[in-house]
Amino acid sequence: MKSVKKILFYLLLTIGAIAFIYPFYWMITASLAPESEISNLTLFPSSISLNSYKQMVEKIPIGRSLINSIFVASSVTFGVLIIGSMVGYALSRLDFKGRDTIFYIIIFTMTLPFQITLIPQYIIMVKFGWIDTYYSLIVPYLSNALAIIMFRQYFKTISQSLIDAARLDGCGELQIIFRILWPNSIPAIVTIGIITFMASWNEVLWPLIVIRDESLMTMPQLVTLFAVGGRAESQLGVVLSSAVMLALPIILAYLFFQKYFIQSMASTGIKE
Amino acid sequence: MPYLLVSPYLVHFFLFIAFPVVFSIVLTFHKWNIISPMEFVGVKNYVRLFNDKIFFKSMINTLIFLAIHIPLQIIVALFLAEVLNQKLKFQGFFRAAFFLPVIVSGVVVTILWQQMFGFDTGLLNRMLVTIGLGKVGWLTDPDVAMTSIAVMATWKNVGLYIVLFLVGLQTVPTHYYEAADLEGASRMQKFFKITLPMINPTIFMVVILSTIGGFSLFIEPYIMTGGGPLNSTISAVLYIYKQGFFYYHMGYAATLGLFFALIIFTVVILQKKFVETNN
Repeated sequence: MKSVKKILFYLLLTIGAIAFIYPFYWMITASLAPESEISNLTLFPSSISLNSYKQMVEKIPIGRSLINSIFVASSVTFGVLIIGSMVGYALSRLDFKGRDTIFYIIIFTMTLPFQITLIPQYIIMVKFGWIDTYYSLIVPYLSNALAIIMFRQYFKTISQSLIDAARLDGCGELQIIFRILWPNSIPAIVTIGIITFMASWNEVLWPLIVIRDESLMTMPQLVTLFAVGGRAESQLGVVLSSAVMLALPIILAYLFFQKYFIQSMASTGIKE
Repeated sequence: MPYLLVSPYLVHFFLFIAFPVVFSIVLTFHKWNIISPMEFVGVKNYVRLFNDKIFFKSMINTLIFLAIHIPLQIIVALFLAEVLNQKLKFQGFFRAAFFLPVIVSGVVVTILWQQMFGFDTGLLNRMLVTIGLGKVGWLTDPDVAMTSIAVMATWKNVGLYIVLFLVGLQTVPTHYYEAADLEGASRMQKFFKITLPMINPTIFMVVILSTIGGFSLFIEPYIMTGGGPLNSTISAVLYIYKQGFFYYHMGYAATLGLFFALIIFTVVILQKKFVETNN
């Protein structure tokens, strides 16, 4: 009885796992298959060809968009880590007038739906002359309420004596944050870093709004416009090859750092 | 010094949050295409909103989405989490497999599912034909299209909720189950009397996050259907996007944004109240 149940469980899980993995497998094989075989859903194409990729690379600047995406997501992540830890430190370790007010403002902004700020933020970008610049992709994301809250929580767990000792040694506040607290906050930095990088990497609505110049587009935006526009000339393999290029960097990172990805993403859900 | 440390946040807050919120309210009383000067129109945008069939359609679409997405997500995630919570081999592998769509861009997921939903060559219709059933217009039938998107969104997100439920399940003290075993409780009884009440907070969180997600739906209809057929998949954000960046009706788009934000607030608070009174 027990073993029958176990087999049933494994069967269920395997069917589930196939349902979650098969589409990605199909995407990769279809992008490598000759165009005539794609609609056949074959598991193994008769021959492997990079033809779809060649055509895709000729039609859209996918390499440039990869560099754009890496640059934008890295800059945002860097900014969020710096600003997040500065504010998180001030809120958790320093006493000053207005501290609680700022804390409540941060909590409030976390609950504010983005639908209300979307249009005015676009208008600000227009007025700043930031349309079709990297600024519009980076600056609005440099500070993040969740990151501040997470740093604040984490810094609270670090012993005050460490900070006192550093202060006696003549460290300034910035030195305390980046020389003393950062090396002791690796888990928080990894978590916040992954969440921020992923959110920036996957963002597509905002780039669609503020970027029209193809050479400045991030990868998700370029692939989206390629998929909905007519340039792929309804050649499925070509669209799929661009989707593979978009998925691959994250899937590769995920294969190596799976545990960190799952932990980090789950912690955003636990925040409430 | 403390003020220096928080100043980047404050500048950011005033520039990208406080000012936009105030300005969006100002915008709702104006007609503006950004190029010509702003024109004061009083409450015209509000009157228009209450007579806008597409606005109501987008609301209904969101409700349809949530009505399918939330229960489906909770049932599938809870079921798989329960199965994964046993002592099984390859547990890490299965968990990682279910989590894969969570980390991949929604753009990729949407392009993939667009093919699976295809009428003639899509995987789903082929499977239906194989077992002797008729084809379904997953994305072409106005009565079905939103359901298809809700199913796809569940596939994309469920891995995250499996992990959250697993965390929740592990907080249930094992002696509760041992006590229930002594009294001869069945598996079902244990699930409904012990597990479910204990993981209530996680379920509530899934409901809130899914609700916010439903009102934020954009890239899925943008790529797969463009909001069609017959506006049956136009979502809140897609409609704001169309009004703002297709027609350049900044005033009206801001009015839509304000209303959707208020609706999200109201729905989330109602859900919170509902949970509090039921506990």
